[in-house]
Amino acid sequence: MTTTQEPSQHHVEHRQLDRVVIRFAGDSGDGMQLTGDRFTASSALFGNDLATFPDFPAEIRAPAGTLAGVSAFQVQISDHDILTPGDAPNVLVAMNPAALRANLGVMEVGSTLVVNVDAFDERSLHKAGYVENPLTDGSLSAFTVYEVPMTSLTQEVCKEAGVKPRDAERSKNFFALGLLSWLYNRPVEPTVDWIAARFTDRPLVAEANTRAFRAGYHFGETVELFESTYEVRPAHFEPGEYTQVTGNQALAWGLIAAARLAGLPLFLGSYPITPASDILHELSRRKEFGVRTFQAEDEIAGVGSALGAAFGGALGVTTTSGPGLDLKSETVGLAVNLELPLVVVDIQRGGPSTGLPTKAEQADLLHAMYGRHGEAPVPIVAAKTPAHCFEAAIEAARLAVTYRTPVILLSDGYLANGAEPWRLPDVDALERIDPGFATEPNHTTADGTTEFWPYVRDEATLARPWAPPGVPGLEHRIGGLEKADGSGNVSYDPVNHERMVHLRNDKIAGIADAIPPVEVDDEEGAELLVLAWGSTFGAVAAGVRRVRARGRRVAHAHLVHLNPFPKNLGEVLRRYPRVLVPEMNLGQLSRLVRAEFLVDAASVTKVQGVPFRAAEIEAAVLSHLGGAE
Amino acid sequence: MTTTAVPPTTRKDWASDQEVRWCPGCGDYSILAALQMLLPDLGVRRENTVFLSGIGCAARFPYYMNTYGLHSIHGRAPAIATGLATTRPDLDVWVVTGDGDALSIGGNHLMHALRRNVRMTILMFNNQIYGLTKGQYSPTSEIAKVTKSTPFGSLDTPFNPVSLALGAEASFVARTHDMDRQHMQEVFRRAHEHDGAAFVEVYQNCNVFNDGAFEKITGRDARASMLIPLAHGQPIRFGSDGERGVVQRSDGRLEIVDVTEVGEDALLVHDESREDPGLAFALSRLSRGPFEPTPVGVFRAVRRPEYGTEMARQVAAAQERKGLGDLKALLRSGATWTVE
Repeated sequence: MTTTQEPSQHHVEHRQLDRVVIRFAGDSGDGMQLTGDRFTASSALFGNDLATFPDFPAEIRAPAGTLAGVSAFQVQISDHDILTPGDAPNVLVAMNPAALRANLGVMEVGSTLVVNVDAFDERSLHKAGYVENPLTDGSLSAFTVYEVPMTSLTQEVCKEAGVKPRDAERSKNFFALGLLSWLYNRPVEPTVDWIAARFTDRPLVAEANTRAFRAGYHFGETVELFESTYEVRPAHFEPGEYTQVTGNQALAWGLIAAARLAGLPLFLGSYPITPASDILHELSRRKEFGVRTFQAEDEIAGVGSALGAAFGGALGVTTTSGPGLDLKSETVGLAVNLELPLVVVDIQRGGPSTGLPTKAEQADLLHAMYGRHGEAPVPIVAAKTPAHCFEAAIEAARLAVTYRTPVILLSDGYLANGAEPWRLPDVDALERIDPGFATEPNHTTADGTTEFWPYVRDEATLARPWAPPGVPGLEHRIGGLEKADGSGNVSYDPVNHERMVHLRNDKIAGIADAIPPVEVDDEEGAELLVLAWGSTFGAVAAGVRRVRARGRRVAHAHLVHLNPFPKNLGEVLRRYPRVLVPEMNLGQLSRLVRAEFLVDAASVTKVQGVPFRAAEIEAAVLSHLGGAE
Repeated sequence: MTTTAVPPTTRKDWASDQEVRWCPGCGDYSILAALQMLLPDLGVRRENTVFLSGIGCAARFPYYMNTYGLHSIHGRAPAIATGLATTRPDLDVWVVTGDGDALSIGGNHLMHALRRNVRMTILMFNNQIYGLTKGQYSPTSEIAKVTKSTPFGSLDTPFNPVSLALGAEASFVARTHDMDRQHMQEVFRRAHEHDGAAFVEVYQNCNVFNDGAFEKITGRDARASMLIPLAHGQPIRFGSDGERGVVQRSDGRLEIVDVTEVGEDALLVHDESREDPGLAFALSRLSRGPFEPTPVGVFRAVRRPEYGTEMARQVAAAQERKGLGDLKALLRSGATWTVE
């Protein structure tokens, strides 16, 4: 249905919604990520629960107006606890025909389309592959369509401020933001203040954006186009202080916190790669924490420099995505052999090779687990939500420092760029990390002289001493060659090698004693356990809720530690008649648990570069449950 | 860092208890000895000294030094050293590498460590062959070299390591050879004093796979006429009586001449501190290989900001401006709201 302006008495209804899903879509150059981000920020300040899903192309600027160049940002806001950015949007804001065409497939019948009608000219329609104008050919009759001349109205309102039409055109995203802010009763001030602060050195741009934003808001108010506005009331949150974070931001802050907890300087060696670069950006801004960031010549130098810093007694970290993890493998293997702390952060993206740089996937698990030559076990920690990246980073650093080992921390593109409200932790209550540097010789030779042996192990953790240079009497040499147990001297002895292989393996396996058991969101008499890891958390938890709403009993366990597994995992898996493992890969965790525990875990997979939807999890669980509902 | 006087040491203090396992007659022995004998004179502490290496024969070096040491992976030592040197400016970081390690698999890291000017002393043992893998040609092997992997002769044009380092914006570049302990020690001392990345090419004989590669220029009888010593502020001349020298022609070309023909005043005076690396580069091209008169000594030594120092300066400036980082404030750096 196309609504047109009627010159009649107009009454705008005010409706309450418990949640709404909005998708902003436009050309890569249209500023859709910014628009979505600002809508999210004002919703967060308003007190809604929310989850976001930025969905953008790998190309910085694909040809304007084409399907390849469409960039979208989806946000769900709600008055209750939500877990995902929503399955199907209720509203699509389409800034051009390509944005409409690229996103119409996810829109359900009856949902709302707000389109920038100015962009629906013949040339743009053609570029998007439309033969007929969908606004006039009746093909959108199943939707509520609002045609708004966003470009021309923005230009008009900016003209008075002396902004040229070409420049004014760039502010049309703020018009859209203003309109949606009116439609959903978002507060105006946070956005106006934000514009002023952000564009303080470019007053004309600030003026244009503010005018466009207000014009959009007033357009909704005065033009009798919309029958109702909507309100999503604040959600109920645990008392506390909140902020909104993306996964990469939380991860960077977690690294700073970990270094602080360990009393170590933080060194990041990194080579820019999507979607990990924002961690490098964030940390490079935080020099007041003593953070040293080094943009290396390549991925290998990124991890190499981090390992060198670790040898010197720093918390050495490298950040990357799949292709970079490939390149770092040899150095991670060296770190396994050197037994030095190192945190390797992999923000997974679609693979293989360059794959889908801006899309999310969980297909690096087996790479993290096995992607080195020789027997080279490393602990693996996986973040499950954007805010959880903070905790996961601290945990990765804690394991690395405590056990003198490289740790691979897995996040992905969805967590990296997705945002959610975060109840700020009490940083004073975070557990300290003890680097426990060696201070004195630890071995006495037959003739009574004392010396330092770099491979004498702690009985409880099997960790070796960490002895950064600078301490007289602890001079020692380590390297990639096999070392004699204890003295650390180069050794080619076959039995010693076997012992060292076992020791390195036992050290990592022993971490299971120190990590918490896996918690199960359980139900009495559950017929099925959904076992998952990483960024599927929201979709799986939401899917499980839906299944329960249908009266079926299911349990959900979400792994943060993937190597070693929590000690109770085998027992947990055997407690349920069925185990289902949803993953954004071809079944990597399910393969691991089948091999480790001999359980008949079924796999459900999705490798489309986009997260599972709650409905997909619901459907998968129901189909595995079988039987009548 | 301690401020007390550095206790005196002898060569023995710098040698580890590990048996040295290079092939008998390897040039590496004399380099190791030269350095172990020099270190007591440098006023440095063992506990603040780190030897880092990659892979190859030369890379075994750290095991023989009674200092902190790290024998890493092929080609990566300059990258690892960068992380160490920038976080621990109190340490003396030495990188020992070979022509394959530094110029083939690790070429990228070498080049970037040099241009960034990270404080490390890089000793590159150049024997123009792969020794540890038993005799394949290296990136410095002469063209048409017959080896196990090139039975019909190698096709690759070799690198000139000094030219490469100069091209990579190195602030200190020198060359020495394993047959002259005194010369090695003088060059190593200069390299160690340099505040930045120092690159030293050491001609080193591999008596098993490439014996005599430098014999024509470093042999006891050949040296005087085939090595051109570079001395800052001195006319460049060589020969047992200094009878030959280097002049710069009006078109910029360098040429070797008889001093009697051109006169002493016409000789090029070496200036290692020239900002423009052009003349140093021309000197590095004077010889096409170790069969023609070849310059040794310090080609270039210029002052440039050291990377780790600059990194520390940025950290200090941020702390000066914003105060020491406050974690609680960091978590509240975006918009926050309170739920009662």
